[in-house]
Amino acid sequence: MSAVVDMRSRAEGRTGGGRRMPVRRRRPTGRRRLPTLRYLLLLAVLALSVGPFLWQLSTSLKGPGEDLYRYPPSLVPHEVTLGNYAGVARIIPVWDFALNSLKVAAANVLTNCAGAALAGYALARMRFRGRRTALLMFITAMLVPVESIMIAQFLTMRQLQLNNTLLGVVLPACIGAMNVLLMRNAFAGLPYEVEEAAYVDGATAWQRFVRIALPSVKGTLAVVAIFAFMGAWDDFLWPLIVLSDQSKFTLTVGLNFLHGTFADNQRLVAAGTVIAVLPLMVLFACLQRYFFRGLGEGAVKG
Amino acid sequence: MARQTALEGRRVTGPRGFPASRTARPFRGSRGIRRQLTVTPWLFLAPGLLIVGGFSLYPFLSTVAHSFTDARTLTAGRFVGGANYQELVHDALFWTGLRNSLLYVLGAVPLLVVLPLLLALLVQRQIPGIAFFRAAFYTPVVASVVVVGLVWVWLLDDRGLINALLEAVGFGRVGFLGDPWLLLLSAMAVTVWKGLGYYMIIYLAALADVPRELHEACAVDGAGPVRRFLTVTVPAVRSTMVLVAALSSVNAFKVFSEVYLMAGPTGGPGGEDTTLVMLVRQVGTGLSGRVGYASALSVVVFVLTLGLMLLVLRAQRREDG
Repeated sequence: MSAVVDMRSRAEGRTGGGRRMPVRRRRPTGRRRLPTLRYLLLLAVLALSVGPFLWQLSTSLKGPGEDLYRYPPSLVPHEVTLGNYAGVARIIPVWDFALNSLKVAAANVLTNCAGAALAGYALARMRFRGRRTALLMFITAMLVPVESIMIAQFLTMRQLQLNNTLLGVVLPACIGAMNVLLMRNAFAGLPYEVEEAAYVDGATAWQRFVRIALPSVKGTLAVVAIFAFMGAWDDFLWPLIVLSDQSKFTLTVGLNFLHGTFADNQRLVAAGTVIAVLPLMVLFACLQRYFFRGLGEGAVKG
Repeated sequence: MARQTALEGRRVTGPRGFPASRTARPFRGSRGIRRQLTVTPWLFLAPGLLIVGGFSLYPFLSTVAHSFTDARTLTAGRFVGGANYQELVHDALFWTGLRNSLLYVLGAVPLLVVLPLLLALLVQRQIPGIAFFRAAFYTPVVASVVVVGLVWVWLLDDRGLINALLEAVGFGRVGFLGDPWLLLLSAMAVTVWKGLGYYMIIYLAALADVPRELHEACAVDGAGPVRRFLTVTVPAVRSTMVLVAALSSVNAFKVFSEVYLMAGPTGGPGGEDTTLVMLVRQVGTGLSGRVGYASALSVVVFVLTLGLMLLVLRAQRREDG
């Protein structure tokens, strides 16, 4: 818990202009000239990091009459149209792809939150023979790169007859070892007293887990959920290997197909990428603090 | 913190009920509960262990086993000893893939260690609107690598925006995606571009720990910003730099999507741009996939990834020692 408090005070220190004192003080006026240069640099980096996405958005909105290669290039489309979005939906079932991605991502969130919380709680709060072995298994699994076992995973899926199914896409990563360790650390950071009291009052392990421990680690759970969603939505290599039937494609695999087949039609490819990236951008804009926060938030409540 | 390390759990057998020291906390009272507890933890752990065991640890062992066979997707194969590894050594495509994956590490990692640190310094000060800039710089991380790849394929197109701008300032057009070397460099640039925000956030947390007094003392002594960066900031965040180097080199070595999208499934004509992971996918998947050979490649990927990580971490330890 002390670690959490420390993180908090650090965060406040940051809001105070990088100083550790939470009290905000005015800087000497001599330093005040800096921000102009800083803002210029910030804007330059902004153009570099967001510009490419805006260019893609702009391309996706340009009508058939507008020359994409026109010089000087114009970021604002002259002839705004949503026709490319309808167009891309005509040549590939892009909304089905999106639905598939959504299913995979939602399942990934649920299984990761539930599985990692359960396992993490057992590792952090229960004492039993074999706990070290279990912990070691998760740590080892975390060190094995997915890329080096994907062929074996593909064979396993064939044996289970799950290749070319969405279940096959979800299954291998549905409880990430990393998430188990994150949850374990979150539970380990909670104070014991409440759980001890509950134990004395006769609460079972399940009750202590659901009623006391779980509500205290909502912050970490949110982080696990968000990264599980993002991971599943953005994943490319594994779905590419498992899925062979177009009707099962997720968005990333579908986009790759679109790119391979209709590479010449930039407007359609651009519309496809915008469809793929927009949901995540909205999610990011809404839940930004969780993307950055990392861990330990919920622990203070305990 | 102390409690957390204690949690790692040396087995301290306390008296019945809760021991006086909170470091060992066996939830055990009556006999009944103790017996229940031996089953309960495993019920909690079952889903996680099943998935991790079945889809990480078992596949790993089976990959190693397969690498000594001539298995294909549809046939079980038989033991062939080290034949797959011998074939690797004589496979020109393997060496190309290995070269490209290692070049990727050499090209992308230094940039991914330095640039995000500078970016973090840029967004560190709490000035109005800074939250927006931080979020904006993070957007490439949120986007899928496929989206990012396609965005850049369009930007780097022969008649794309970047070439239009290059032509406007007097350079000729550059065929970024036509030449194998330029394509590899472009892919590296895309990887760096996508990774900047992620490592920026890691550095930002580390920078918050740098004591302000050090900077002030240094400034009083007349050191300029560059000097202060080198003598105060860099030493203070060095362990974070090692972490970033380890993470980014592992990721760079396993590069797949960027090159796959920009060069095509086989890494362009003659596979000039193929990487190790691309090769694994190409060789091992599909109905005629050579599972045995692809497994040998996978083992190489695993060993080199781990080796790379250990190398970076060891460099850190040597500096400390």
